[in-house]
Amino acid sequence: MGHMSTQEQVQKLAMKAQRQLLEVQNLVKVYKTGKRALQEVNFIIDRPQVVAIIGSSGAGKSTFIRCINRLVEPTSGRILLNGEDIVSLDRKGLRAARRRVGMIFQEYNLVERLTVMQNVLSGRLGYVGLLNSIRYKFPPEDIRAAFELLDRVGLKGYENRRADALSGGQRQRVGIARALMQRPELLLLDEPTASLDPKTSRQIMRLVGELVNERKTPAIINIHDVALAKAHADRIIGFNDGRIVFDDVPANLTDEALARIYGDEDWNPPADDGEATGS
Amino acid sequence: MNTKNYPDIWQRYTPRERLVQWLWLAGAAFAAAWSVSALDIEWAFFADAHEQALDLVTRMWPPRWEYLPVIIQPLIETIHIATLGTMASIVLALPVAFLAARNTTLNSATWLLGRAILVASRSINTVIWGLVFVAIFGPGPLAGIFAVAARSVGFIAKLIAEAIEEVDHGQIEAIEATGARTLQVYATAIMPQIQPVLIGTSIYRWDINVRESSVLGFVGAGGIGLQLYASINGFAWSQVLVVLIAILAIVVISEGISAYVRSRIS
Amino acid sequence: MSVLASSDRAATWRPPTLFGTRLKRAVFWGCVIVYLVWSLTTIDIDFARAVAGLPRALDIITRMFPPNFERWPLLVTGMLESVQIAIAASIVGIVLSIPLGICAARNLAPKPLYLAARGLIVVGRTFHEVVIAIFFVKLFGFGPIAGLLTLAFASAIFLGKMLAEDIENMKEGPVEAVRATGASFWQVVFYAVTPQVLVKTLGVIIYRLDANLRHSTVIGIVGAGGIGQTLSASFSRYDFDFSSAILLTIAAMVALGEWFSDWVRRKLR
Repeated sequence: MGHMSTQEQVQKLAMKAQRQLLEVQNLVKVYKTGKRALQEVNFIIDRPQVVAIIGSSGAGKSTFIRCINRLVEPTSGRILLNGEDIVSLDRKGLRAARRRVGMIFQEYNLVERLTVMQNVLSGRLGYVGLLNSIRYKFPPEDIRAAFELLDRVGLKGYENRRADALSGGQRQRVGIARALMQRPELLLLDEPTASLDPKTSRQIMRLVGELVNERKTPAIINIHDVALAKAHADRIIGFNDGRIVFDDVPANLTDEALARIYGDEDWNPPADDGEATGS
Repeated sequence: MNTKNYPDIWQRYTPRERLVQWLWLAGAAFAAAWSVSALDIEWAFFADAHEQALDLVTRMWPPRWEYLPVIIQPLIETIHIATLGTMASIVLALPVAFLAARNTTLNSATWLLGRAILVASRSINTVIWGLVFVAIFGPGPLAGIFAVAARSVGFIAKLIAEAIEEVDHGQIEAIEATGARTLQVYATAIMPQIQPVLIGTSIYRWDINVRESSVLGFVGAGGIGLQLYASINGFAWSQVLVVLIAILAIVVISEGISAYVRSRIS
Repeated sequence: MSVLASSDRAATWRPPTLFGTRLKRAVFWGCVIVYLVWSLTTIDIDFARAVAGLPRALDIITRMFPPNFERWPLLVTGMLESVQIAIAASIVGIVLSIPLGICAARNLAPKPLYLAARGLIVVGRTFHEVVIAIFFVKLFGFGPIAGLLTLAFASAIFLGKMLAEDIENMKEGPVEAVRATGASFWQVVFYAVTPQVLVKTLGVIIYRLDANLRHSTVIGIVGAGGIGQTLSASFSRYDFDFSSAILLTIAAMVALGEWFSDWVRRKLR
């Protein structure tokens, strides 16, 4: 990472004293098509909390979340995970950093032909060597943790079922268990309930909230269902056209604020049947 | 953390499953080793293989286009063999298909007969059929047409038989209930349902047959195979390239026609 | 047709045809007849001679029955060689198909490599294995080596194309998810790519093994080893009853191979 001038060293020490769980500085993402998906986004998480991100499609929610673990490459800016800038890492460093961030997807993204246990264990791939992972030789404490996690998410006894034999809600729980296997410092959830029915959606959101409190791990959740966000989040971020236009507790999410986020014409309170439209 | 006790080992496959997998793997490895060793391969041959290949390619280029007029007629003959052979096989395949389908065959003896014809036809390659018919009828495209037909009957009939078996029974019952004779039932209730399959399969087989007909000349059954064989044997590589390009052309065109027709059907 | 038709209604009714209009149907059948006339008159068949030769044809057919298995050691050797060629060629083909398939997958390979690989596949698929066999016979001489190379080449092309299609049709989601946990490239391949592709690939391999068994019987005719050579020789020596014995054996072998292949592929489901 190159040598540093005195000034930079002082800066680094100062930042260390004030290390945040996650700090995003001036994040910009411009796609090859010219679309400016993220414009100078600044964002800090300083304690374990559930952060919900809302906004209309194309507002930059998904891009933002995917920049944090560099599944989408930022154009410029810094992303500091517990003080370490992820954007400047090389491939090896990036892999190590990704281990510290657990991600949960809208389409669950389990490997369908593999069993639940294999999917959960794949959360530890970053910690296990290639040869051992092919032979499924995971350390005993990992196996124990896997069983415990499956129990915690309510899937005790499911370890040998094939992933494609599960319902949507069950698959998402496996996805959550997989992410938690990494013992991450941060959880990212990209529309985790968009493909689920309302009741299951609430169950999943409740589970995430409980886990955030138990493990003291912050979670950033992309969500399009504003009611669900208000009910389960500690903090709500509103995106509009690549910028954060709202950052406050759910109680302060007034209609005026919603109009700011979604634009007057687009703001349409969804009927409580949880339409599964992706963002 | 809980004080509950969780197991700390986990296995994907039971020991029995793993044994079975091992046996399959061992069997495959054994078969492989047996085949490779028994063939007595001179590995030294491969040392200069790439040189040989390069030498061959340089001798082929540029293609000897003057040869093209010579092969036009055989090319057309090749297509005739494929087309006439396929046509004949369609006519033959229909009765065979009805025999080989469980719901239209007369009794188990006829069903077995139908199945036997399918197996016999499909197990012998077109070129081998070519050998047989050249022996019977003498060299020339007649043998080729018979060969193509002999192989194609089984191919087409098998797929049609499957379609017949999957036909909607309700439609058959309805026609039967009117008191129609069996053949009338087939014509009215079954034929319309299998027509798309019939056309699609026939065109598909015709496309394959164009490719097969291009080599029937090797055994004397007509078509461009003869010119190809003669050119290769005479080491006239630039001529060979012309023939290959010509074959490539008719195969690509026939594949295009086949794909187009089949997409229009579904 | 209808008893209840009133007298001034049109009394005729034409069934609709697959071709939409009667005109198109007439045109179609017209073309068929024109083609038949054209081809049968221009083709190089002397129909008079063919008819005159029918008795001889019948004679040969009768000489083929009953099949004569006296020289069965020759049969067995030839058949074994064909089987060995099929198996060995499948293995070499599998090995070669992996890099080819990866290069021919649009979502994995860089554009020029992708185009080159796809071009090779198109050319390789066009030519009948007999043509390829003749080439290898010219290069490597008569015998099973030419046969092995022919079928290995054909297998690599076929399997490579199937592999490329499987990779292209792969779901990206699980790959992204496994990558997000911090796994290395090869771990992603093993955990996310392979499970999606493996079972179908195994099925395709078994199918190709069966196909190679069929083809191996043919390429012997041009000298590339196996039972095809035995068969060709028997015909040229007019040993027609031995020929039919060989044909029966080939049919049995191929049918067996197909049954085995279907069974394994069903179990893989």
